[in-house]
Amino acid sequence: MADQKALFEFLLRMGDNSLILGHRVSEWCGLSPVLEEDIALANTALDLIGQTQFWLGLAGEVEGKARSADDLAFLRDAWDFRNVLLVELPNGDFGQTLMRQFLYDAWSSIMLGRLMTSSDARVAEIAAKASKEVAYHVERSGDTVVGLGDGTEESHKRMQAALDYLWPYVGEMFDGDEVDAAMVAAGIAPDPAGLREEYDAFVGKVLNQATLTVPTDVFHHKGGRTGYMHTEHLGHLLTSMQWLQRAYPGATW
Amino acid sequence: MYAQLVKTAGTGVKTREEMSDEERNFQDRVDRDEKIEPKDWMPDDYRATLIRQIGQHAHSEIVGQLPEGNWITRAPTLERKAILLAKVQDEAGHGLYLYCAAETLGVSRDELTEELLSGRMKYSSIFNYPTLNWADIGAVGWLVDGAAIMNQVPLQRTSYGPYSRAMIRICKEESFHQRQGYDIMMKMAEGSEAQRRMAQDALNRFWYPSLMMFGPSDKDSVHSAQSLAWKIKIDTNDELRQRFVDQTVPQAKYLGLTIPDENLKWNEERGAHDFSEPDWAEFFNVIKGKGPCNVERMEARVNAWEDGAWVRDGLLAHGRKKSAARTAAE
Ligand SMILES: [Fe+2]
Ligand SMILES: [Fe+2]
Repeated sequence: MADQKALFEFLLRMGDNSLILGHRVSEWCGLSPVLEEDIALANTALDLIGQTQFWLGLAGEVEGKARSADDLAFLRDAWDFRNVLLVELPNGDFGQTLMRQFLYDAWSSIMLGRLMTSSDARVAEIAAKASKEVAYHVERSGDTVVGLGDGTEESHKRMQAALDYLWPYVGEMFDGDEVDAAMVAAGIAPDPAGLREEYDAFVGKVLNQATLTVPTDVFHHKGGRTGYMHTEHLGHLLTSMQWLQRAYPGATW
Repeated sequence: MYAQLVKTAGTGVKTREEMSDEERNFQDRVDRDEKIEPKDWMPDDYRATLIRQIGQHAHSEIVGQLPEGNWITRAPTLERKAILLAKVQDEAGHGLYLYCAAETLGVSRDELTEELLSGRMKYSSIFNYPTLNWADIGAVGWLVDGAAIMNQVPLQRTSYGPYSRAMIRICKEESFHQRQGYDIMMKMAEGSEAQRRMAQDALNRFWYPSLMMFGPSDKDSVHSAQSLAWKIKIDTNDELRQRFVDQTVPQAKYLGLTIPDENLKWNEERGAHDFSEPDWAEFFNVIKGKGPCNVERMEARVNAWEDGAWVRDGLLAHGRKKSAARTAAE
């Protein structure tokens, strides 16, 4: 049997990514540039929150301390979160939000594809369900990145700026550590570094269509998926997200 | 009711003698409950009134995202967050159906948006009230969607085909919203003392604004008579308000909450509840822009539109490049 502690960590990483990104996207409610985008963003957020319920639900089960998905989402402090830094970054303008979405969706669609053959049936089942949603997300965010990158001079400039800002956060998605090694050994999840080639090819193709230039600097920020050092932004996000649960402990909603 | 104080165009109901042949034929079709379709002949005033009414309804769906969006990032559980996201997504969808229905009358979504942002067109007064505690999200579903359903169920039979069909789609979703709102209220009412306090506070603040949603009494209005004759209004404001009160009183009782009206009581003779009128001076103030959140709501919409201009322009430019490339390839 796989190391349950490592599996718990791995599931937190999956669940926290979708939770934090879903929360960020939900901040757009009612404020999008066009009605269709309001609907699409709400839909994306909704899917991500749904995925969170599965990943964190399973995490709680694996941990075996009777913590529910809600307990994990609303009652942990920043240092216990295991999402990559990319997803906790602020929304910025619509272009930055969509660029972040695309950079994440591209990773997520590849990752979920691999997880569908996980040796852990529960993981494979969640991945199968989520991958259908994410296939749609990546198509949509990719199209929007292309449309805005190859749109007007201004939209191009904004999308390039978004890419330049976000690119140093992409590398963290491919970092590996002993948790990943345990997952690989148990056949539960792939080695993150092994996704990079496919990711670069796919993302490169879309960004090229978008007439955008991929930064060449290979430096990347890290500290989210290990929990060692999040950005300052996460604490503020949790402050609003967890407010009711923290202010009225034990209440049923 | 998401369309209030919609001014009916024209001079009031004409007698059959005053009508032209076309008008008479049109009225006969309406009286026979035939649906009027976009290509059919219709009086200019019918078209103008419908544009106002459907436009105002659409704007209400869009602005209505804001008070609920105010709690999406603070929803207390993942499930509540998902339900609220789905609801707000539905409301945006309702806006979309309604703008499409208005388009069949010859007015574009962009034109209607301009009218909203310049303040020439209104949205329902209810969305100028703040959502201050989590129970407000329950109260909005229960009372605001409840009042909307009261108005929209009869409008499924409205004479204009595209509007009627939009209403049929919308009503199904609105009843979900109402049930989900009531479910939040139940949890709050069964919950801790603080939660019961939130629930009562929400009801206190949303009761009269909900009654205002139906608009002031229209029993003496000539305009209203014309809209009724055209079947773009099916019941009077007072009828709808009474129905709403009668439906809501037992629901509040079941929750153990008190409706903030000392005059509220069952009238055996009328077979209906007597109740206090809302403060109509407050209502007219809200309509004139002096509600608690008018400034914030308009600012949010204007900013969304202006900040999004580069996105709309960018996507449009890309679309043009693509079709030019296609044409060149042919
Ligand atoms: Fe609606
Ligand atoms: Fe609704």
